[in-house]
Amino acid sequence: MKGVLESLIRGLGTGSVYALLALGFVIIYKATRVISFAQPALMIAGAVAVSYLVQVTGFYVAVLLSTLLIAGVALVVERVAIRPMVGRPVFVVAIITLGVDVVIRVVVNGFIGLDVRQVGDPWGLRLADIGGLAVQQRWIAMFLTTAVLVGLLFAFFRYTRYGLAMRAAAFDQETALAQGVSVGMVFALSWGLAGGLAAVAGTFVGTGQGVDQLTWIIALKALPAIIVGGLDSLGGAVIGGLVIGVVESLVQSYQGDLAPWLGQNFAVVTPYVVMLLVLLVRPYGLFGTPEVERV
Amino acid sequence: MTRMTGRTGDLEAVAEPPRADPAAPRARRPRGRPLLYTSYSQDMALLDTRAKKVWLALLLGVAILSSGLPDDLLILLAGGYVAAIGAIGLNIVTGYAGQVSLGHAFFVAVGAYAAAALSGDPEGRVIGFGITNMIVWLPAAGLVAALAGVLVAPLAARLRGLYLAVVTLGLVFLGEHVFKEWDDLTGGPGVGRPAAVPELFGFRFDVDSALGTRAQSLYMLMLVLLVVFAVAARNLARSRIGRAFSAIRDRDIAAEVIGVPLTRYKTLAFAISSFYAGCAGALMYTITGFFDPGSFNLLMSVQFIAMILIGGVATVSGAVAGALFITLLPRLTQELPALLPFVSGDTTQTPNVFQIQVALYGLLIVLFLVFEPRGLFGLWVRVRAYWKSWPFSY
Repeated sequence: MKGVLESLIRGLGTGSVYALLALGFVIIYKATRVISFAQPALMIAGAVAVSYLVQVTGFYVAVLLSTLLIAGVALVVERVAIRPMVGRPVFVVAIITLGVDVVIRVVVNGFIGLDVRQVGDPWGLRLADIGGLAVQQRWIAMFLTTAVLVGLLFAFFRYTRYGLAMRAAAFDQETALAQGVSVGMVFALSWGLAGGLAAVAGTFVGTGQGVDQLTWIIALKALPAIIVGGLDSLGGAVIGGLVIGVVESLVQSYQGDLAPWLGQNFAVVTPYVVMLLVLLVRPYGLFGTPEVERV
Repeated sequence: MTRMTGRTGDLEAVAEPPRADPAAPRARRPRGRPLLYTSYSQDMALLDTRAKKVWLALLLGVAILSSGLPDDLLILLAGGYVAAIGAIGLNIVTGYAGQVSLGHAFFVAVGAYAAAALSGDPEGRVIGFGITNMIVWLPAAGLVAALAGVLVAPLAARLRGLYLAVVTLGLVFLGEHVFKEWDDLTGGPGVGRPAAVPELFGFRFDVDSALGTRAQSLYMLMLVLLVVFAVAARNLARSRIGRAFSAIRDRDIAAEVIGVPLTRYKTLAFAISSFYAGCAGALMYTITGFFDPGSFNLLMSVQFIAMILIGGVATVSGAVAGALFITLLPRLTQELPALLPFVSGDTTQTPNVFQIQVALYGLLIVLFLVFEPRGLFGLWVRVRAYWKSWPFSY
């Protein structure tokens, strides 16, 4: 039982990182109807920026600066590569983000080099004792940070002028435009938010184990999370991320004993298995809106 | 997808074309009017203008004469031709039928392993059945991959657009895991296994023979196979099935309304595309003779996507051009250190040719999509239109 609970908490920790990334995907999707495949590159860029800044400013300031920096990078990408493509088929724009991802990653890999870079976080792999459970401090930090960020984000969408503008544009771009909402600003804001979230997620991915040239693959696990939750549901993204994290963690702990025939490292691909299973039952994810087609 | 390919008017074409009466005299084109079509069969011909016939003959001539090139270039080109077969396959499902697939690498892997297992050494350390005749293992590899495509189709047929893209992306990761774990078949990561043996009724293409060097035999083999697969794809595109694919791409609901069974044709698109991918996978590694389960990753899928986007969506010639372009790109970037002194040929230094090469894939995809969505084929169309209407600009 103790093992299950520890595994669960680890899952919630990694799951909250997926949730942050998934939120970025969903925010961009709601604003522009495009899945941005550039999120992995932005995530890893955020982590690498922290790993350089931390030597100068200390961890917390470094995370803040890196978040702003990556949000800025995302804004530039949106302005240069995405805005000219408004009105083009979504597949074309999605593939463009794939191209952007490849380019940014090459640049970032130049900064990573061949070694593992540490983000210099205060938690490392240290354990905390919660009611007899030995839990790594970083899982708790991840979960709490994500909870705060998700709360802030939902408050932003619910109570601020810009949040309202974003919701309006997500609902119907042309009508929003007619009511005086600057849809271009909404696009920029969504990319900026997604970039900032990716940077925070990247930092947390780097806690404890550091980042290397292959760490970006972790960001792709947020894709099953958004499909499970539903592409256009913010709440779904959070829940999808946590579900994926918990399932992955449980499989990692128990698959070796229960189903060794699935091979080592099966946990790495469980997010995709969960995604396929959910899609067989609900093609639009758990909380997604089914697309209604009018002819 | 209409805007993506710049093609319209495919909907009317789905109806069965009027059959030419075999007894009627063959419709002739009036002398001096090469673009005047007087019968349906002329309009639907594979090579409907004289210019196309001349260009095709010229290109084929150049390709055959190229077999005199140095061996290392021939090997590279042979690889390009195989990649072109795979790219044509991806173009069938993504270009013609409009179903975005990021999972092409998975089907390539299935074909590669099916062929390698069939033609492998029965006494070896990995699974092998010792059937080395190409006429058996090449279609078999395609069929096994097509079967994999059909198995995926029930899931793929009910999803659209980006949901489908993400699911096929998941397929690549699942496939990669299976192939890395299934040591008996694949040899395991970092070890690999020997590829299929290219042998046709006793003639080995992968050794020097009386007919030419190893590189020359492989080059000619791949060229002939590419022509066969390309002609088949062109014929498919102008058949009833091809028209149904275009209808689904342009507007799937409208296609269903006019009587195209969506699920059946989407399944068919995946099956045919996977058949091409499987054959390409089977052939791809006969050149190097050895392959590793780690090669079938997301990068390979992205490369195939890059081939059809850079070459031209929904055109066979575009897919071939794009595949050759992407295959020859590493060779071109290798020359960069000589031209640009700040670029290093050493992997440990930071702008090195390998980084530039990967960045170029991404950059070229972005640039082509922004400035010329029809790809290299679109550039050719522009040049053609310019000279056709010269000296006028329209």
